[in-house]
Formats: sequence, structure tokens, C-alpha cells
Amino acid sequence: MIPIKYTYRNLFERRGVAFMTLASIGFVVLVYIGVLALAGGLRAAFADTGDPSVVIVMRDGTRAEMESSYAQESHRLLTAMPGVERTADGDVAASGETVTIQIFERVDGTETNVMVRGVEPGGFAIRPAFEITEGRRFEPGRGEIVVGRSLAGRLGLRVGDERELGRNTFRVVGLFTGVGAHGSEIWGDYRDLGDSFRRSGYYSSTRLKAASPAAARDLIETVKAEQRLQVQALTEPEYYELQSETSSGQFIILGNVLAVLMAVGACFAAANTMYAQVAARAREIGTLRALGFKRRSIMGSFFLEAVLLGVAAGGFGALLALPLNAIQTGTMNQVTFSEITFQLRTTPFAMFSGIFLATITGVLGGLLPAFGASRQKITDLLREA
Amino acid sequence: MAETVVQLRDVTKNYRRDAFELKVLQGITLDVEAGDYVALMGPSGSGKSTLLNLLAGIDQPTSGELIVAGQQVSRLGESKLALWRQRHIGFIFQFYNLIPVLTAYENVELPLTLRKSSRAARRKRVETALSVVGLQNRMKHYPRQLSGGQEQRVAIARAIVTDPTLLLADEPTGDLDAESGGEVLDLLGQLNEQFNKTILMVTHDPKAAARAKRLVRLDKGRLVASAPGGGTGA
Repeated sequence: MIPIKYTYRNLFERRGVAFMTLASIGFVVLVYIGVLALAGGLRAAFADTGDPSVVIVMRDGTRAEMESSYAQESHRLLTAMPGVERTADGDVAASGETVTIQIFERVDGTETNVMVRGVEPGGFAIRPAFEITEGRRFEPGRGEIVVGRSLAGRLGLRVGDERELGRNTFRVVGLFTGVGAHGSEIWGDYRDLGDSFRRSGYYSSTRLKAASPAAARDLIETVKAEQRLQVQALTEPEYYELQSETSSGQFIILGNVLAVLMAVGACFAAANTMYAQVAARAREIGTLRALGFKRRSIMGSFFLEAVLLGVAAGGFGALLALPLNAIQTGTMNQVTFSEITFQLRTTPFAMFSGIFLATITGVLGGLLPAFGASRQKITDLLREA
Repeated sequence: MAETVVQLRDVTKNYRRDAFELKVLQGITLDVEAGDYVALMGPSGSGKSTLLNLLAGIDQPTSGELIVAGQQVSRLGESKLALWRQRHIGFIFQFYNLIPVLTAYENVELPLTLRKSSRAARRKRVETALSVVGLQNRMKHYPRQLSGGQEQRVAIARAIVTDPTLLLADEPTGDLDAESGGEVLDLLGQLNEQFNKTILMVTHDPKAAARAKRLVRLDKGRLVASAPGGGTGA
């Protein structure tokens, strides 16, 4: 086998051409990791939301809370079910909630759909991660709302601002965080919002807190067995996973299509570089063969060179992609058609995928030139100037 | 009686160019014995380099028998031929053909990496070869940091480091000034005289040819004369 130092030193020797190729593959990797970071961030936003011991109940046949609606009687039946926990104050650990979509203007002047959630007092008890970062919680009966911190930034909403929601005007009294995808929502009191949207007495969903994930599964069975209810029940993680798949799946498809198209172009760049390397080193190849190196050693050496170039380009692209991590952005939830804000996540998986894509690009780009280098006749190679 | 290292019997080599067949070598019969130092002369296009390539096993004869180092070279497959080459042939090129990204030491070590030997054993051989050519103090230099004459001496060290049966030199002084060329010829003579290396050298230069023990002339692909050379090798 030809010493490996021959391979990597040759890359440095012709560093100008090698760097151009490295950069062209590197930027493909950057785009690919960027799209995966979008999908990863979106998935994480949903994944952070679910508590496996919380059961979410919606009307049968609906995919999202905003499509669901049922009357107060059903909600009462649900909260009275065995297996629903009690809060420290002795109340039922449950929250009947109503969800509507409202159009808001973003800071950049464009419009977006925002999910407005009416929450019962139990809603805080079953979401212990809920945290007010500025201002305070809303108080029932006073026309107050709190806004997810990341959403507030995108809408330019501050504590003290007022907005019309339905028939009434509501005042922002706090910003909150710590509840995953809910961070893209506006919360107010169930009765206040229900009254403003003329939905009093109707619920979009009911959240029931069970003692444990296993107890939650039992509770789901109990809900399903109740003949008087036409509802479906699933754990929170299951519910958000469904939304996540629909939304992040589109990014993944887009990312893969983009990556494949760009990688094909980068393959040609890699092949061009390697063909240039082979042409420039024809006499060297002839010499190596004359010294006794076999065809497969020559092929292996050039192939390794292309792979090294690909791996280096992958690393370069991954480095370029690092600053993308934690960038705040938003998109439309493809199930609820409302704004969802999230942070890009350049996960190890996204980084590894990018480097893998670059390596494959190097492999495919280097294959033909390496094969060509090994097939030439020694006498022809030695004649090259 | 000395062992015969090269045996050529009625060797021909033809190349096909479009509809024409080019007869580059015709009926070459030649013996070279161990320890011999043969200069191969002839005008351009007479087939010298082709003959050298056949002897090195990097080209195949069209017909005839070609035995080098006891092996019928034309019967070997690609892979075995590569193995045979690294055991028996040391090649010295006109333009040195050193690998630019490797140091003098690494260039000389290159053929040894094809063998199973320890790093220490390789080091000993490389240092010996470089000291034979007088470049033990240039081991870490890259080819671009060496003069033409030094590069050719490194190339000679690379050719002898495996202790091959036959040294083939293709115009070894063709790219050098007179002084450096003289040094290279001194070195080849020394290898022949002191180390009993069998050398076959293609050259245009009568002064170089005069250093050989035997002179072989080629013209239009035929061997036209074989006579004792002027030199004793040294």
C-alpha cells in the first residue's frame, strides 16, 4: 500500500484546488445541516412539550386541539374519572382548554396565525415546567393574557401591551417559557377567552394528569371504555409526536432533495479535482507502478485522497454550521396552521449526517478518477511531461 | 562462469498506429551476465527505451523469449509482474521521477514499504543506500530542495535500496550538467565495480557509454553491433 503521508501531503501540495473543492462540498454540508437543524429544532420543540403521565382528550376523529370541540358534560365526565390525580390543594389535576387561532402581525409586517389557549387553573398544576420570565400570571376575570417569550419576540409584544381577541381587549401581563411548543402560544383564562370567542361551555381538549406514565395508559383505556363519550385519548408525547412528524417531515424531505441535488454538483467538483490530480501526477503514478506498486494500490491511494477531501469538507461544513445552533426561528405548524417558534438544533446526528454526505460525495467523485489512474499503461504514464 | 541475468531471444515489439504496424524492435537477441555494465546506444527512435521497458517488465514483447533474472517475464500476470519488478528491477529515470511530496529518505524507503520488514530494518537499508550515493546528510530534504545531480543520486539510492538483480538506467545523465553527470556516472561505475551490480544503461552520450564495459548499438529496431566498451565500469 502506498504510504498514507503520500496521500495527504498531495492534498496540501495542491491546496488551492483542494480548498476550492473542500469549500464547494463544505457549503453543501452547511445547507444540509441547516435544514436538519431546522427539522431537529422543530422536533425538539414538540418533544419538550409532552409529559407521558398527562393524557390529552379531544373529540373523536380530530387531529389537533383546534379542530376539536365538545360540551361541558363530557369534560365533567372526564375529570371525574378514576385515575385522575389530585393537586396539592386537593383539586382535580386536570385542565379543560379551548384553543383558537388568531391572526397577528409579526415584527417584519407579515401576518401569522397564533394559537390562543384558554386554560383552567389546573392547567398550571399539570405543567410544572411553566415559568413566568417577566411580569406575572394572568388572573381570571380580568381580561389578562400571558405570551410565550419566543413568540412575543417575533410579534413585538411586551408586558403592558393590549390586543383585541374576539369581542374583548386583553392586556399582556407576563411572558412565559418552559413548556416547549406552548412557547409559541398566548394563554388566558378559559372563561375569559371562552366568553370573548363565544365558546363558553365548550372545550377543545381536556388534560388529565395521571400518577405515572403507566397509570396514564390505564386512564386512556378507561376513557375509551366510557360509552357516553365520543372522544379520543392519547398521551401528550404521542399527540406532539404526530404534529412533529407532519411538520419536521417536510423539512427532512426538502433537506434531502436539496442535499442530493447539491451533492451531485459537488460530486462533479470532487471528480474534477481528482481528475486534475491524476493528470498532474501521471508520471508519478507511472513511477510508482514501475517501482512495483500494484494497480489497486494506486487506485486505493487516489480513492483515499478523495475520501479525505470529502471528510475534511464535511468537517469544514460542520464548523460553518455550528453557529446555526440555538438560532431562534419560526414556521407554521402543518397540523394546526399556527406559528410555532423554535431554536435550530445542530445535533450530533445532523453533524454526522453532513459529514457522511460529504464523504459520500468524495467517494463518488473520486471513484472514476481513481479507477482511471490505475488503468493507464505504465509506458504511457512515464511519457507524460 | 557468471550467471546470465538477461536473455533475449529473437524479441520483437510492434505497435499498431491506426492502420499501420510500427516495428520498433526486430529480432533482438542479447545476453547480459551478472556484474556486466552495458551501454545501449542508438539514434532517437531506434528502440532503446522500448527495449529497456521490456526488460523492466513494464511493456510486453510482441514475440520472442525474454528471460530476466531467471523469469520468463511475458508469462507473468499484472500482479505478479509488479511483485517481480520490486524484487529484481531498479529503475533510474532520465528526469529522476522522485515523488515531490516525499523527502529523500521517504523516496528511498518507498520500494521497501512493499516488503514485510521492520521500520528499523528499513531505516538501516535506506541510510546505507543514501550513504552509498553520498547523501546521508540530505535525508530530510524534499526533491525541490535538492540540485538535479542530488535528485538523480537519490533516485539511484531508491533503485539500489532493494538490492535488485538488474539496474536499468534510462539516460541517467540526460538532464544533468557535465559535472553532475560525471558524478552520476562515477556512482554507477562504483556500483558495478564495488557492489557487482548488473547495469544496463540507455544513453546518447558517448562519454557515458565509454564508462560501460560493453557497448550495444541499436538502429531501426535492430541490434547492429555489440562490442566491449572503453571503461572498466569505474
